[in-house]
This record gives sequence, C-alpha cells and structure tokens, in this order.
Amino acid sequence: MTLGPIGFATPWLLWALIALPILWLILRAVPPAPIRRRFPGVALLLGLTDDDTVSDRTPWWLLALRMLAVAAVIIGLAGPVLNPENDREAGANGPLLILTDASWASARDWPATLKLLDRVLAEAGRAGRPTAIARLTDPGAPVFQAAETWRSRLSGIAPQPWEPTDEMSETLRAALPPDPFETLWISDGLTRDGRDALLDTLNARGPVTVIEGGRPLVVLGPPTVDAGQITLDATRQRPGTEARLPVIAHGTDPAGNPAELARLTLVFAEGATEASGTLNLPNELRARLTRFEIAGQGHAGAVTLADDRLSRREVALIETRSGREGLELLSPLHYLRKALAPNATLLEGTLATSLPANPGVIVLADVATLSEGETDDLVNWAEAGGTLLRFAGPQLAASDVSRDGEDPLLPVRLRSGGRSVGGAMSWGEPKTLAPFAEDSPFYGLDIPEDVTVTSQVMAQPDPTLADRVIASLSDGTPLVTRKRIGAGQVILFHVTANAEWSTLPLSGLFVQMLERLSITAAAETELPADLAAATWQPHRMLTASGTLEPADTLPGVSGEALLTAPLGPDLRPGLYDGPDRRLARNAHDPGRDIAPVSWPAGTRIEGLTRATETPLAGWVLALAMLLLLIDILASLALSGRLGPARRAALIGTVAILTFYSPNTARAQSTPAIAEELALAHVVTGDRQLDEIAHAALRGLGQTLFFRTSVEPDAPVAVDLERDELAFYPLLYWPITPDQPVPSSEAYARLNTYLRTGGMILFDTRDADIAGFGTGSPNGDMLRKLAAPLDIPPLEPVPEDHVLTRSFYLLQDFPGRHMGRTVWVEAAPPDAEQVEGMPFRNLNDGVTPVVIGGNDWASAWAVTENGSPMLPVGRGYAGERQRELALRFGVNLVMHVLTGNYKSDQVHVPALLDRLGQ
Amino acid sequence: MTQPAASGAAGLRSRAETEAARLPALLARADQLAGTVILGDHGRRRSGLGDDFWQYRPLQPGDSRRHIDWRRSARSDAEFVRQREWQIAQSVMLWVDQSAAMGFASSPDLPSKGDRAQLLAMAVAVLLDRAGERVGLAGHPLPPRRGAGQLARLAQALLEDGNGDYGAPDLDGLRPHGMALVLSDFLGDMEATRKALAAAADRGVQGVLLQILDPEEESFPYRGRTIFQSMTGRLSHETLKASALRPRYLERLADRKTELAALCATTGWHYHCHHTDDSAQQALLWLHRAMGGGGVR
Repeated sequence: MTLGPIGFATPWLLWALIALPILWLILRAVPPAPIRRRFPGVALLLGLTDDDTVSDRTPWWLLALRMLAVAAVIIGLAGPVLNPENDREAGANGPLLILTDASWASARDWPATLKLLDRVLAEAGRAGRPTAIARLTDPGAPVFQAAETWRSRLSGIAPQPWEPTDEMSETLRAALPPDPFETLWISDGLTRDGRDALLDTLNARGPVTVIEGGRPLVVLGPPTVDAGQITLDATRQRPGTEARLPVIAHGTDPAGNPAELARLTLVFAEGATEASGTLNLPNELRARLTRFEIAGQGHAGAVTLADDRLSRREVALIETRSGREGLELLSPLHYLRKALAPNATLLEGTLATSLPANPGVIVLADVATLSEGETDDLVNWAEAGGTLLRFAGPQLAASDVSRDGEDPLLPVRLRSGGRSVGGAMSWGEPKTLAPFAEDSPFYGLDIPEDVTVTSQVMAQPDPTLADRVIASLSDGTPLVTRKRIGAGQVILFHVTANAEWSTLPLSGLFVQMLERLSITAAAETELPADLAAATWQPHRMLTASGTLEPADTLPGVSGEALLTAPLGPDLRPGLYDGPDRRLARNAHDPGRDIAPVSWPAGTRIEGLTRATETPLAGWVLALAMLLLLIDILASLALSGRLGPARRAALIGTVAILTFYSPNTARAQSTPAIAEELALAHVVTGDRQLDEIAHAALRGLGQTLFFRTSVEPDAPVAVDLERDELAFYPLLYWPITPDQPVPSSEAYARLNTYLRTGGMILFDTRDADIAGFGTGSPNGDMLRKLAAPLDIPPLEPVPEDHVLTRSFYLLQDFPGRHMGRTVWVEAAPPDAEQVEGMPFRNLNDGVTPVVIGGNDWASAWAVTENGSPMLPVGRGYAGERQRELALRFGVNLVMHVLTGNYKSDQVHVPALLDRLGQ
Repeated sequence: MTQPAASGAAGLRSRAETEAARLPALLARADQLAGTVILGDHGRRRSGLGDDFWQYRPLQPGDSRRHIDWRRSARSDAEFVRQREWQIAQSVMLWVDQSAAMGFASSPDLPSKGDRAQLLAMAVAVLLDRAGERVGLAGHPLPPRRGAGQLARLAQALLEDGNGDYGAPDLDGLRPHGMALVLSDFLGDMEATRKALAAAADRGVQGVLLQILDPEEESFPYRGRTIFQSMTGRLSHETLKASALRPRYLERLADRKTELAALCATTGWHYHCHHTDDSAQQALLWLHRAMGGGGVR
C-alpha cells in the first residue's frame, strides 16, 4: 500500500489508528493521577470543597500531543518507506542487454550510471536473467552471462573520451544476437546519426527502455587568441535560465607543479545556449597554461587543452648597429617588428640581456660574429628548444663566419662575399622565388609575382645542403636554410631583413613564412606539409572525466590524422608533440552540434537516478519518543511536580540525552602536550582498538620503567588532524580497514615528523590471516595510508639490524601473532661487514617506519591494575611470547631513542683494539 | 549465624550516640545565636541581694555595722554602706511544639519548623541562663533551674519527638507570675491553645507566642490534583484543583493569625509569626525584646 511516495511494509497495522478517538475519550475521562503531598496546613483545608468537580481535566493540547505520539507509534510500526521500490520488471526474465553510449558525455553522470547498473544487475541477478553490457564506444559482440559476473566487473567499465561513431554503432548492430532480448539503453543525451538504425534493430529484438541523465550538458570550445586576449566559448545543450559557470584555467606554477592560474565566469543569458568570455593573462602565465575546464562538469567536453597556439611567443630582436637615428626604414629590424608585433611579444636589447628571459625565438639580423661565450649560450638555448632566426646582410657577407667550417649557429657554410644580381652594376634580372617543395614548411603558400631578390649570401655546396634548403630562388640557390640543433633549430634567410636585398620583407609572404616557421603563433587550421607528414607523439591524454593522464604507452599518430580523423581508440583526445610544436586535440569538436536526442515517439525514457528507498520507521518512532518526552515534561508541569529549579535541570538532561553523541564527548578530551617523554598512538576511530593501543603503550611504558632507564609518561592518543607530533619519538599506528585517511595537512605534518627523526610503527594486526604474498583489507588500507608518506625503500629486518640487539638480543619480533616479517628501512647498498665484526656497520640513523602485522598492542596491553588485558598464545609458551613482544617493544624504543649509538656500542672493543691498546 | 539486626542495645547505643552528637551542636548553635544579643539591661536596677555592686550610701540608722564598707568610709568622715544590686531570678517556662507537623520543611535548603523552634528555644534558654533566670521546659519533668546542666537537660528534652499531628500547649507546670515562651505553628486545634492561654493568664503568667511557619504554608503554591496529607498521614484532604483552594486557604490562615493576635491582646501576651526562611537571629532579637523589654518586670 502506498500513499504518494510513502509505502507501508505492514499496512494492516494502520487499522489501529481507528482506536485513536476511543483513546481520546478515555484519556479525557480520566483525570491526571493525584500527587500525594505532605502538608501540615491540611488542618486548615479540611472541609473545603472543590468548586468544580471535574475542573482539572487534561488540557486538549496535551491530549492532542498524546494522540500524535500514539499515532506516530502506530505509523512507525506499520513500517513506512519513502519511495518504495517495487520490482520494476517483475515479470521479465528474458536476457537483458545493457547498452551504454559510454562517451565523454556519459562521464558526467557516470557515478550515477554505475549505481543504476549495480541496481539493475542486482535485480537481474535475482531474477536469474542472463545479462550483457555493451559499450557503443568500444563495440563488440554482447556476451550474455550471469548478472553477478558483470556486477563484479562493474568498476572496470568506464566511459571513453570519444564519441561513438556511425561505424561503431554499425559494428554493434551487426553483432547483436538474433534471439529476442530486452534492452536498457543508457544514453549520453547527444544526438547522433546511427541511433535510429540501432534503435530499430533493438526494438525488433524486444522492448527498449532509454535512460538519460537530467543534467544539461555544457561544453567548452577551444580558446581563441585575439590581440592578446583569450576568448573562451561555451555551449549548453538546452536553453534555460541564466547560469553562471566558472571556468578554471589550469596550468603550472613556476616550479612546475599544477596550479590554478586564473578563473573566469561565463554567463549564459536566459534562453541562450552560448556564452563567451575573455581572459587577459600576462604572457608568462599564458605560456604556462595547460587546460581550461568548466568547474564541476566532470567530463572531457568541458575541458579544452591549451597548446602552442595559445602561448604568445617571445621574440628577441638583436642587431648590432643600434643607436642610429633617423634611419627607421633602413633598420634591419623594422619589417620584422611590423610582422611580429601583432602576434608575439618583442624583446629588444643585447644578447646578454635577452637570453636570461629565455625567449622562444631570437632574431639575429645581420649579426656576423658572436663571442665564444655567446655562441655556447646560444647553442645551449637552441638545444633546449629555441629557434634562432638569422638574416644575412652586408656584415655577414663580409665576415669570415662559417667560411671554412660550418658555424654551429649557421645552417650552411657560406661563400665569401655573396652575390648581387639585377643591380646597376651586375648582370641579369633580379631573381624570383621558386615554388616551394612539398617537404618544405612553406609548401602551399602563394608566391606573389613582385617578390624579387637582388642580393644574397651564397651557400657552399655541401652534402647536407639539399636537406637544409627549405626555400630557394628560381635559379636553385638557397633562400632559406634550416638546421636542427637538439630540440631547436637555426634558420637563415639568405637575404636581409629589410628591403635592401630583396622585396620579400615588403610582401605578405614574409609574414606567412614567419607563421609557418611558428615564429608567430597564429591560429591555423592546417599544418605545414612537413608537420602533417610527421608522426606526432602523444604527450598527455584526456580521460573521459576530463583529467589528463600520461600517455607513454600509446603509439604516435600522423599529423594528417591528428587534425581531421575522428576521435577513437586510435586517436585519443590530448596533447601531441610534433617536431617543434605541441598540438591539442579536444574531446569536443567545436563544430559538433550538441543537440539533445529526439527519441521516436513511444520510446520509454526514464531518468538516471531513482529516488532511493528510505525506511522511515526509525524516524517516526523517534518522533513518537520525542512527543512522549514532551508529554512527560508537560504532564509534570501541569500537575505541579515541576518546580522552576527542577525544570531547568530536567530540560537540560533531556536536551543532553537527545543530542548526545559519542563524538562530542571526544572533543573535550584534548590530550595535553607531554612534558616528559611519552609514547603515542594514532587514534583510529575504532574505540576498542584505541583503548587497546592506549593500554598497550601503558604496558610497554611500565616495562620500560621497570627494566630500563627510559621512564615514559602516560601514553598519549594522537589525533593526526589536530595534534602536534613533534613531541613523541614513537607513534604506534594500528591499521583498521575503515579508518579515515588523514588530510593532506596531516600528511604534511607526518612527513615532517618522519624527516625530523620520528618513527611510526605500523601494525596491520593481521599476521594470523595474511600470510606471505596475500593481501588483506588491513594491508590494502596500510598501502593507502602510507602512499603519501615519505618512506624510504624497505626490507625485512636483516639479522644484523640494530633492532635485534639495541637492548635485548632478539631473533624475531612476535606480538600477539607470530612470525610475519617485519619491515624496516633498507640498508644502504654499500653497507659492508668489517673484518672481524659480527655486524655490518649500517643504519646510521633510525628507520623512520617499522611495518609489521603481529598485533603487538594486544600483547603489550595491560589493564589499569597491571594485569595483561588480552591472552597471548597458550600457557607458558604464550607468556614467553608476551615477554618477547615486550622485549621487542623495549628494543624498539631504545632504537628510537639511541639511534646508532647502540649499534656503535657493539664495535667498541674493536675500536679500542684499533686504538692500539 | 547472623548478627541480630541493628536493634537492641547496639542500635539504641548508636541512635543515642547520634542524638548525643547533635546535642553539643544544638548547644553550640544556640550559644552562638545567643552571643549575638548583648545583654544590656539585666539586673533590677535597684539595691538588693546580689553579687554586683550597686551603690554606696551613707550609713543610716538601723543598718548593721557589718554592712559598713570600711574602705570607702575611710576616705571620708561619714560611714558608707555598700549596697549590691537587687537580683531576682525569674523562672521562665518554655514550651516547644514537638509534634509531627513541626517536622515539615518545604525544601531541603530550609530547616524544618521544629528545628527552628528548638534552636530559638535553646538560644533563649542560653540567654536567660546568662541573665541569671531559671529556665524550665513545660510538658517535661524539667522544673526551672539554672546552670549548664539544666541547659544540657533542656537540649536533651528538646530533641525528643512528640507524637500526634499537632501539639497543644501544656502550661500546667507554670508558676504564678512566671513567664512563658510558646513556640509552635498553631495549625492544630485552637481550643487547646485558647484554654492554655486563658489558664496561664489567670495565674498571672506573662508570655510570648511565636508562630513558626514554613514559607509554603504561607504561600500555598500548589496546583493540580493533589491529596494533602498531614505529616503522620492521619489527616488527608483530596482536591482536584489545588490552585483553586489557595485563596480560601490563605483566608483561613489569616483568620488563624488574627485569632492568635487577638488572644494575646486579651491576655497581655506577645504574638509574633516567624518564617523558617527568615534568619533565626531576627526572631531571637524579637524574642529578647518581647521578653526582656515589655513583658517581664
């Protein structure tokens, strides 16, 4: 039986509500019980009669309160359930195909999808239906098997960062079995061509239910750079109310760590599906951008990656003849400035001042000679990825640079003097440019007719010359040559940068050539020919949920495919490294229409999240208890039993009882910072375990007190989130599978603690069940807890470790359990056994962690009166084991407190010997 | 074998010790309270038999030579007789209500009425003893006497519990022209009080009535359905609405007070109403003034 969203487990109990009016009458008829009161003044009362014999009835509001309480009890016992789950497909028992789009758009709702899958699989498992899960982005023949099998593999089913192509849905359609089955199609909500055909096929096999998430999809377009400003466009799937979406610009800080560099709020106007915003960032920040992301979306479509197109390159312009006034048009740099200024940041100055700024490009306009130091610096810079752009000129032509041997900073050897053609004093016509070769970066650029060259420096014919020419004149002499140096390159224009030797700088071709050489970062849709043919290496890949992950294992892709091929398993969205630039391929293509799917009429569509079943019985019964409590107070007050003083006390008690929770009690017991040496244990949140750990350190402390000169104070329970750790030499950390993982601040403090000489004894307490090589929940938790800790390489305690002899001579380290290996910091590889010494001279310092699973705490634990808290082993052997456990504790504390002193003690006789006594 | 339960000789002794332990406390408290009253006007202010010096007067005919104070006479020619102040001992009878009703205390912070009555009676006894009067306890075989022993006996007798819900003043043992102090709540039957007072007045006994009431008896702050019971439970009265009884109860209480005051006015006694939430010292000062100032002459 259901009432709206509320159903009842045992609805017949509700008939008891009929009894409420009868109860009302009874309660009304019976006056409240009298109080018996001793009162000497009764002698004066004798003979006084009440005016109204039934005057002091229970007031109506108290009656109503009691009615409510009783009604709440009845309703509570009837088992109310919010959103009761009726078995949806009660009758269905045929095979079930769960089809998910599993694209990046699905990633947004993937946790909810997983929950749904889990529930559906559980239902199918109960009904014994063979089930198959198919992903459109990773199509294959659906395998029908037991739902529980799928359920165990559920965590491995993840969305892919690409969209299913028509080809993929066709593959799946072809692979569908001919037998009838029911289909549950979890759609990502994006319209797609192949859907209809697939839906028809599925409908032919059996009923189809479509499940779509309700959250509107928002995607982010690639950033465009215009006049130094970055423009970001976002599109949402459905027009709606005004929405403000924060866009976060992720990047790296100067040290290379990931950081949030800027934040922009995109505003969707009401009814609009497009929003755009601009971001003005300084160049240094822009160069460090890695990606933009709409916060809180959690899918790859809301992420757009930043590549070289985004960063504005810094170009250093260097010329020798500075300081000449009035000759602007003759300046070798004038045309470069004009060509570069819109899209690059220009640095002007000397080489010595420009190099430390690490510009992307350095232009040397007719600079012939460089000092040796400058040459080395430039070579180093170029090898790290810099582009050195040189222009010829009278000085270069007149100098001896690269005359006999190839200069490291010139691509080719040069013949002396250069040549002039078509001038007043020379033969022939000015030369024009030859068409660019196919492997040239300039391939495809139109050559204007009026570009002529009258002078140039000539390259010496060399075996390597042909490879290095990327542009030549009509007579075949090189115009532009290039040589790669490490990750960088040197490019030489064999003409001047001004219009003295050629008209090239006056033409638009000059600017385009500079763009092709990626000296200016211009938005271009196609790659230069040489880059298109090159193989691009995946650098970092985008996951479906919009995070970047390393892509070391993926094969390279060709430049052609990188720009045009659809995304798929062979071409994942991410960053690709090419020969001299980095390109991004985003999951969302800005040209893709993200309209919602229009399913054919009659398709059954459900939401992704179903209201979960919530039993309300507890709450209703609690309400009844609360009402009865109020009734007690009210009755007491009415009958005069509640004096003002008692009232406050009672209300206080009730309030404390009502709002009591064990956690609040804990907050008051802040451990004081120990003045003496104190052993400490980590609070795990497991009350019993914490008590044992406390008792254990008490027991160990007593043992130390009796047997050694270490006299520790009472043990301290340490809350990693709040307490200072520096005061405790040893931290005992028992592991439970469900203890909370400390926050990053706590880890920072733990790491400081470990680095400054603290020791943590990790105890997984599972040596009885977890043997060699087998995992356990505690072991997994330990791995999880210790992952962020700064822990050196470990090894099982070697026989000659100082732990075996810092106070007692021990061979093994039993706790309540016996025999699992105990791990300590590994000895340095160069530790050697000195001649005549029983021990290696190692462990110059204390191991920061000791890891074991022998449950030492249970063996150490003593009660307040000093008797052992928990049994260890059996009989005398058990007591012996406890004794050894205590000895291990003593050794451990000694090791922590004395460091390598004890280790050195062993060597004292030998040292004395060596001193010549 | 089990020990006989805490009864018999052992039980009696332990109870006796408990009681005995209270005695010095009562005495000490009474002493302390009495110490707050400065004895300003003791003595009879005329010559007579006594210990204290009163005056020297010239020898008159008829005086025995034995009475001449030679030391004084040697300083002058005349002979002087040393006279002592006339001190006469008055006998004061106390009557303290020891009925169950006096054991009522509305709150644990307040002393019971009986406790306050014992304290006041004892303090008065201490004061009177210091002033040289003889004090006795009516209703007990304790005739008026002086001395520390009498005080101890008084304390012993005061700590006894009476029986019955309400006490009636028993002033039979009063000597004519003596003095009496009656401490009670006067909530019981008034007839006995009236008779006792009349009989006392007939014999020329002057005295003081101190009515001791608990604040709750004065305010009647009760509500709801209540069964009121006397301290022994013998009397009971049930009401459905205690708050409705309040005005009529207060009226009756006021009538009772008026009646007591009127009774005292006719017999020449003094009447005062004391509440246990007031300080005992205040009541003691009033008692001291009433007994020493006006009544006794």
